[in-house]
Amino acid sequence: MTNDTSTPAPTPLAGPRASGRKSALRRCLSHPSTIIGGTIVVFFVLVAVFAPLIAPFDPLASNWGNVRQPPSALHWFGTDDLGRDVLSRVIFGARASLAAGIIAVALAIALGVPLGLMAGYFGGLVDMVISRLTDALLAVPFLVLAIALAAFLGPSLQNAMIAIGVAAMPIFIRLTRGQVLSIKNEDYVTAVRGLGVRDRAIIVSHILPNVLAPIVVQGTITMAVAVLAEASLAFLGLGQMPPAPSWGSMLDIARQFLTQAPWMAVWPGVAIIAIVLGFNLLGDGLNDTLTPQQEDG
Amino acid sequence: MLQFIARRILVSIPTLFLVSVLVFFLLKLLPGDPALALAGQEPSPEVIAYIRARYGLDQPLPVQYFTWLWGILQGDFGTSIRTGLPISEMLVQRLPVTLQLSLQAMLIALMIGIPAGVFAAIHRGTPIDYTVSLIGLGGLSIPSFWLGIMLILFFAVSLGWLPSGGYVRFSESPIDNLRYTLLPSIVLGTAAAAIVMRHTRSSMIAVLKQDFVRTARAKGLKENIVVVRHALRNGLIPVVTTSTLHLGELLSGAVLTEQVFGIPGFGKMIVDGVFSRDYAVVQAVVLCSAVIFIILSLIADLAYVILSPRLRS
Repeated sequence: MTNDTSTPAPTPLAGPRASGRKSALRRCLSHPSTIIGGTIVVFFVLVAVFAPLIAPFDPLASNWGNVRQPPSALHWFGTDDLGRDVLSRVIFGARASLAAGIIAVALAIALGVPLGLMAGYFGGLVDMVISRLTDALLAVPFLVLAIALAAFLGPSLQNAMIAIGVAAMPIFIRLTRGQVLSIKNEDYVTAVRGLGVRDRAIIVSHILPNVLAPIVVQGTITMAVAVLAEASLAFLGLGQMPPAPSWGSMLDIARQFLTQAPWMAVWPGVAIIAIVLGFNLLGDGLNDTLTPQQEDG
Repeated sequence: MLQFIARRILVSIPTLFLVSVLVFFLLKLLPGDPALALAGQEPSPEVIAYIRARYGLDQPLPVQYFTWLWGILQGDFGTSIRTGLPISEMLVQRLPVTLQLSLQAMLIALMIGIPAGVFAAIHRGTPIDYTVSLIGLGGLSIPSFWLGIMLILFFAVSLGWLPSGGYVRFSESPIDNLRYTLLPSIVLGTAAAAIVMRHTRSSMIAVLKQDFVRTARAKGLKENIVVVRHALRNGLIPVVTTSTLHLGELLSGAVLTEQVFGIPGFGKMIVDGVFSRDYAVVQAVVLCSAVIFIILSLIADLAYVILSPRLRS
């Protein structure tokens, strides 16, 4: 997986939490990358939500008299090998991509963060077992692991999301563990431990809030990776299955008609680039603003 | 140094063992019965039983695992159900193809990424920096299979300059080999170039702030000498290590690139294996990917120690 953004340990909230959050939010909203990336992502979310209202045609309706027509006033992006409107399919395809990005990352966080918290906080045998398993999973290239898992689960969008989520999980385990290690011996954690507060309460109320910033940043960047991975799995025939619209499977079909209908291959790809760029820009902006130490880089 | 290498190898052994356990048991759960797949149309129970016995599929899973592991330790990855060939033979044929692609891609990535990163770092905070950074981010956002399709459309279909797919071995014809691997290498190298650019930029920004660079400037050295001779030599250390690690990621990218260009490499092997339920092939590819990644991690660590004067001493 392409993941070149290191996230340093966040400084535990020193001042009043509410004002800290407000200033972080203000910094986020004034950063150009966050604004541009956020706008692109919100645009695609709106497109996905309102797809039935926006799409000019039924994305599944074949029209044999209108097969592989080039872009025109009626069909802005042209039609595909079954005479379906490419624009409508691109619009509906946003649903699969966004769902894959959001659900896969949510799954990766839901599995990875608790394991990372446990490994970092308890240390010892728990840490050793979790860390070795993480090392083993990280040793297998992301897409190779996702393909193997998707093949094991069977080709469908839902299974692709699970495969991508599980393949992305070790990143969150390692990130969270590292963050916990850097703050678990801070004075305020030692103090609440001294007061007899239970480990679970310390982890949930005192450690988790202070490791959230890098997790949010990593989560946003991983969404870009997850969208690309979903498109890749669909392209290979391991994701959303036709005739349901998915940008990856649309490109797989388009590949067979490159000489006759090149437009079929252009727009799904442009849509993937736009949404992935949106998540990447948003991730970069959040990285700069939520972990201010990164501004130098 | 030898102690460091020995320690790193020892640390890698449990990881490799765990990878082998995960790979074996996870892929055993793949849907479908390989014996049925191999037996062909409407096989008799006797034929299925024979195939199970022939490939050891009738043994308990732990026995199958240790038999498999013992075989691998002796270089025997089993036999492909689809092709009937020994998998180690397939790996020997296909791995060099992907390694060649990956190395060519990394060469392209370094040739583009390092100058672009240095240029952006020198002009930090200017429109030049923002433009280069945005192009870099764009490079990370392009799906490799789409870029491959677009390059085929332009260079093969429209201009007819390069072949749209296939592969010729270097030993058969070096020129044709280059013609067939150029587009796939560019596709693989694009995202890698973006990553190299981002790392070079970050690293150079940090180095350009350091005292020795300020001293070099104070001595009256020309800016390009300061950048190339003093800053770049230090700034490239993390770039070398991350690029080495990224070679492992290129294996991942090769899965799609080889599929688009119809190249019979290591990446295509896993896709073919998945669709023909050739468990042994999928296991071998995943395990080999992990071994290559662990070896590259070791090389990256070594490179860091060798190149970093402080650690070396």
